[in-house]
Amino acid sequence: MSTTPENISGTTIHEAELETSFKDNLARRRVEAAIFKAVILLATFFAMAILATLVWRISAQGWAWLNWNFMTSFPSRVAARAGILSALVGSATIILLTVVFAVMLGVGAAIYLEELSPKNKLSQFIELNISNLSGVPSLVYGMLGLAVFVRLLGFGRSIMAAACTLAMMILPIIIISSREALRTVPPSIRLAALALGATKWQTTWHHVIPAASPGILTGIILAVSRAMGEAAPLIMVGGVTYIAFLPNSLFDSFTTLPIQIFNWAGRPQEEFQAIAAAAIIVLVALVLVTNGVAILIRARLENRNRW
Amino acid sequence: MKIMNLVVVAGLFSVRSFAAPLSGEVRLDGSSTVFPISEAVAEEFGAVEKSVRVTVGTSGTGGGFKKFCAGEIDVNDASRPIKSSEIDDCKKKGIEFIELGIALDGLSVVVHPSNKFITFATKDQLKKIWEPASTVKLWSDVNPSWPKEKISLFGPGPDSGTFDYFTEEINGKAKASRTDFTASEDDNVLLKGVAASVFGMGYFGHGYYMANKTKVKALPIDGGKGPVEPTDANVASGAYPLSRQLYIYVNATSAKKPQVDSFIKFYLKNAKALSREAGYLPVKDDAYKAATDRFAKGVTGSAAQKGPKKG
Repeated sequence: MSTTPENISGTTIHEAELETSFKDNLARRRVEAAIFKAVILLATFFAMAILATLVWRISAQGWAWLNWNFMTSFPSRVAARAGILSALVGSATIILLTVVFAVMLGVGAAIYLEELSPKNKLSQFIELNISNLSGVPSLVYGMLGLAVFVRLLGFGRSIMAAACTLAMMILPIIIISSREALRTVPPSIRLAALALGATKWQTTWHHVIPAASPGILTGIILAVSRAMGEAAPLIMVGGVTYIAFLPNSLFDSFTTLPIQIFNWAGRPQEEFQAIAAAAIIVLVALVLVTNGVAILIRARLENRNRW
Repeated sequence: MKIMNLVVVAGLFSVRSFAAPLSGEVRLDGSSTVFPISEAVAEEFGAVEKSVRVTVGTSGTGGGFKKFCAGEIDVNDASRPIKSSEIDDCKKKGIEFIELGIALDGLSVVVHPSNKFITFATKDQLKKIWEPASTVKLWSDVNPSWPKEKISLFGPGPDSGTFDYFTEEINGKAKASRTDFTASEDDNVLLKGVAASVFGMGYFGHGYYMANKTKVKALPIDGGKGPVEPTDANVASGAYPLSRQLYIYVNATSAKKPQVDSFIKFYLKNAKALSREAGYLPVKDDAYKAATDRFAKGVTGSAAQKGPKKG
């Protein structure tokens, strides 16, 4: 047990070695951390720079054309007279309906799959298919919409058919993100509720869904932003390019902002490219406002959870 | 007294039926080439008949005929005559149509404005460049006196009537084309592509060229009778080898609806002015008159359809 000098010096050498190697490691790790931070910053900056360039270019081109007349006129072959009224109303109506359909079905399906369904081969199979569906190109949903909603169900080339098609398209995104959100709710919450005598339904409705709702809302925001910018599936479903009246019912013809933009951007005259840019500004603003509202709601919901 | 009453009542009726505003829908779809004319007519018609709901879509000539033969639209805009396969599709659904020529369009073959070595193109040279088995990579492959530079090619995509027309006219078979070129349904992309490639070549509608004359140079085309410039006069007279007629096809059953009848009559009356405004050329006055007569009589079937070409 007595400590010999050799032992002391041996230990010292060993500790010293350990210390220096540890210091070396620390320095390297700091460098690594710095590099990683720089890479992430660069990536963020890159994404922001692309967005900024886009917004700047579009604003430079279209800002001068943006005025009240532009918002309240129907399309015209004369750029100075042309407006986006029918496209704006079409986009707004379709998105509203899409959100209603997609949220009801999507969140419902997510709750079933995550909270209620037995975990077996069938549910795994359904899960796999939903993940695959989220990767299907939007045009394919357009073809599905044309076959099922327009022709089979007889909705015609209408707002209703368009909203159903877009809802189908964003359903997988909403289901997947809602399930992720439900999974982040700690199991202890469920167990506590069940232990106090709550039924499965009460546990889910009063505790799990409120706790998961900020995450669910994030998924909805992402999905709806995507739906707002889609033109291809809606052209397939029968969105028209020239329409100078507002819908009377959900079974009326429609156009949307992306269809209108696509058409104007493809015209030979410079002025039409400019009003296409002006319409893009409106579309971007619409997406920002929708997301802003959703983010506000989410912030309120987040504050409500206290556990 | 009784007679007076009758006259007054009859008078009221006739005034009423004459002034009764039309309502209902007129649904157009089809070629994006014809779209600017139909849009202009729809806009002007809307100023007169405020309660008629006119919609114009742009799903391409072929896409439009699919909807037309399914009975989903009243009128199809077409940048080529209906095909025999499309006539069969319509027949299966019991849909008859009235074919009306409404304007003329030239196809412009364009190169970069700084290109000096090519002053005109023959149809054979174009075939050599664009045919499916084409081995042309450099300009010198077409004509040894031209530079040994790579040709960059731009053309419309396969859903466009312009593509069908060009391939049929140049390569002898609709849709038969080499595939290694930049294809876009958006003429603007083609225009920008050619304007940015010193050794580029592309083709699109005459109207598009006329709106962008300074950005690209259109080549005179030699169809065997010497090179012909793509001027308005040459396109209108048919002397320019790549000029074509634009059509609307009206569903014969829809044509009996008062709002569709009124719309088509308005279309034929104004097509001359509005097609010019949209960058196209009107057909001859007596051709409009003949079309108006044919529509009034409800003559169905296609005169322009030539059936499948052999070879």
